[in-house]
Amino acid sequence: MTGKTLYDKVWDAHVVHQQEEGTVLLYIDRHLVHEVTSPQAFEGLQLAGRKPWRTSSMLAVADHNVPTTDRAGGITDPVSRLQVETLDANCEAYGVVEFKMNDLRQGIVHVIGPEQGATLPGMTVVCGDSHTSTHGAFGALAFGIGTSEVEHVMATQTLLQKKSRNMLVSVDGQVGPGVTAKDIVLAIIGRIGTAGGNGCTIEFAGEAIRALSMEGRMSVCNMSIEAGARAGMIAVDDTTIEYLKGRPFAPTGDMWDAAESAWRELQSDADAQFDEVVRLDAADIEPQVSWGTSPEMVTSVNGHVPDPSADDYASKREGYQRALDYMDLAPDTPMIDIMLDRVFIGSCTNSRIEDLRAAAAVIRERKVADTIKQAMVVPGSGLVKRQAEEEGLDKLFMAAGFEWREPGCSMCLAMNADRLQPGERCASTSNRNFEGRQGQGGRTHLVSPAMAAAAAIAGHFVDVRHF
Amino acid sequence: MQSFTTLKGLAVPLMRANVDTDAIIPKQFLKSIKRSGFGVNLFDEWRYKDAGFPGQDPATRQPNPDFVLNEPRYQGAQVLIAGENFGCGSSREHAVWALDDYGFRSVIAPGFADIFHNNSFKSGLLPIVLDKPIVEKLATECAEREGYQLDIDLEAQTVTTPDGEVHPFEVDSFRKYCLLNGFDDIELTLQQRFRIEAYEERRRTSAPWLFDSIDSRSP
Ligand code: SF4
Repeated sequence: MTGKTLYDKVWDAHVVHQQEEGTVLLYIDRHLVHEVTSPQAFEGLQLAGRKPWRTSSMLAVADHNVPTTDRAGGITDPVSRLQVETLDANCEAYGVVEFKMNDLRQGIVHVIGPEQGATLPGMTVVCGDSHTSTHGAFGALAFGIGTSEVEHVMATQTLLQKKSRNMLVSVDGQVGPGVTAKDIVLAIIGRIGTAGGNGCTIEFAGEAIRALSMEGRMSVCNMSIEAGARAGMIAVDDTTIEYLKGRPFAPTGDMWDAAESAWRELQSDADAQFDEVVRLDAADIEPQVSWGTSPEMVTSVNGHVPDPSADDYASKREGYQRALDYMDLAPDTPMIDIMLDRVFIGSCTNSRIEDLRAAAAVIRERKVADTIKQAMVVPGSGLVKRQAEEEGLDKLFMAAGFEWREPGCSMCLAMNADRLQPGERCASTSNRNFEGRQGQGGRTHLVSPAMAAAAAIAGHFVDVRHF
Repeated sequence: MQSFTTLKGLAVPLMRANVDTDAIIPKQFLKSIKRSGFGVNLFDEWRYKDAGFPGQDPATRQPNPDFVLNEPRYQGAQVLIAGENFGCGSSREHAVWALDDYGFRSVIAPGFADIFHNNSFKSGLLPIVLDKPIVEKLATECAEREGYQLDIDLEAQTVTTPDGEVHPFEVDSFRKYCLLNGFDDIELTLQQRFRIEAYEERRRTSAPWLFDSIDSRSP
């Protein structure tokens, strides 16, 4: 018998019942909830006269709609306000713990779960949000679900699932200085494509992944979904254990010891078989910038916008041309010649303390370029914000001309007031460069926090390694 | 859930690859706390020339005449013929609700993003995967012939063209069973309550920290 992958192990431990033809009733340990995808689920529960199965598995927060400016006056947009109030009312009615908008612990759901120790190794973690894959950084099986499934988990603590295939993405060797987790994951997506992981759970491994902090691992797993995989996972090691120790919802005392020894088993066996294996050489990865309207449309900062008429792109010609038209870019333009209007540092991909430190470190007493209309930093949570302020990062950012905001999803998806105007071009540390993602007609280039900060100062993309 | 058995419906081709959920239903419409009413904003940024926001009167909008759904010949379409990796991006079930509310009952594509694929079954929207050359052929025929209807039979798992060509498709047997009968899968799962409880009891012993959770240290 061959060994098990990390995914196999966590999956097997959660099988309640195996139905015919491989459909499994899978137990869910942690259910994270936010305001956008939960109202219809709570309503469904109520209409059917059901109660949540185990509210102690749930943690709720409002993040998508919240304003990132002064919150004293509440939310101005009545539609956004109703959605947040609906979450508050539902949590109140069913006894679900919620970090409300003005709670210091409020923030983006995928930042606060790990920060609070609500995400633990070996758990199944779900949320009505595709970037739930983030939590896989802890050796958890974490994936996004739709609202009907949110209701299913609330009512039954389970999901009906089919097992995915196992894919291994190994990033071997070490990355060069100035190359971050974000560059690694963008390079992976550039390689395997935005549908490359469809039907798979990806385990990220290799020396370059092992060398990442938990923040970096979360950035990588966060974007698994951008490679088509619902879940990404990374084996537990000392880095994982160190991060979790002392977190508010992490176990303590004897329970911690028992948990830790169980967590240490959460790695793929040496003889485990993967259905697909992809290997990248870390040394080849340069700082990445996306040029198109899908995260797979990405290249090195030292590269050029591709020419759709080139033979290499025959099968992608139409899509590439459409993307260039939308992005208003000419073929063969050097990436470093692309001028920007706005810069956004934030989102569940890159708004943790390490991301803010990396961005702040680039500034070195320089100023945001005059041609940039707005450069904003949106911390991932109130606690990240406080930590950054204790380290004086807010002052560094503001002195350089960045705006320092309250935590939330903000311009990652522009559901609140933070958004691009039609035609504006943005360097963004978020995860999606889809048409209209950051505002109708807006143009998004995905980059790392350091690359975003450097671009803000230069007014265009620059290779942060020589900046 | 609405059931799906057979459908003979007008088809419309939209062969772009990687049509994402932001394109299917832009974020500003996700502020709704309801499940219905998303159809008028399906593909909003492609369908209209003006910017869309919640609560607009559709009569005041400027439709984009170049977008395929706005062509008179495709009004009333129920089958969307789509490109690869349809529905990628976010988990928003609003994308399925919008397609459903607009009138689509099935999407045929060479492949779907996982979450979208899952979500579709929950609202009785049947996602059908066919080989890329077949989907391309259907799209071409559909564009060439006005009134092109496809015949979909879930029980038999076939798509039949107006020429009588039959294309079989795969569907998971459990999902098929739920869809044919319009079953609510929460109810089906709750019939297994005893299994869930037994599982919890085992886990409380073997991994108690998973249950020592949010409540005990709540604010
Ligand atoms: S930060 Fe962006 S990607 Fe992350 S949860 Fe919020 S909206 Fe989604």
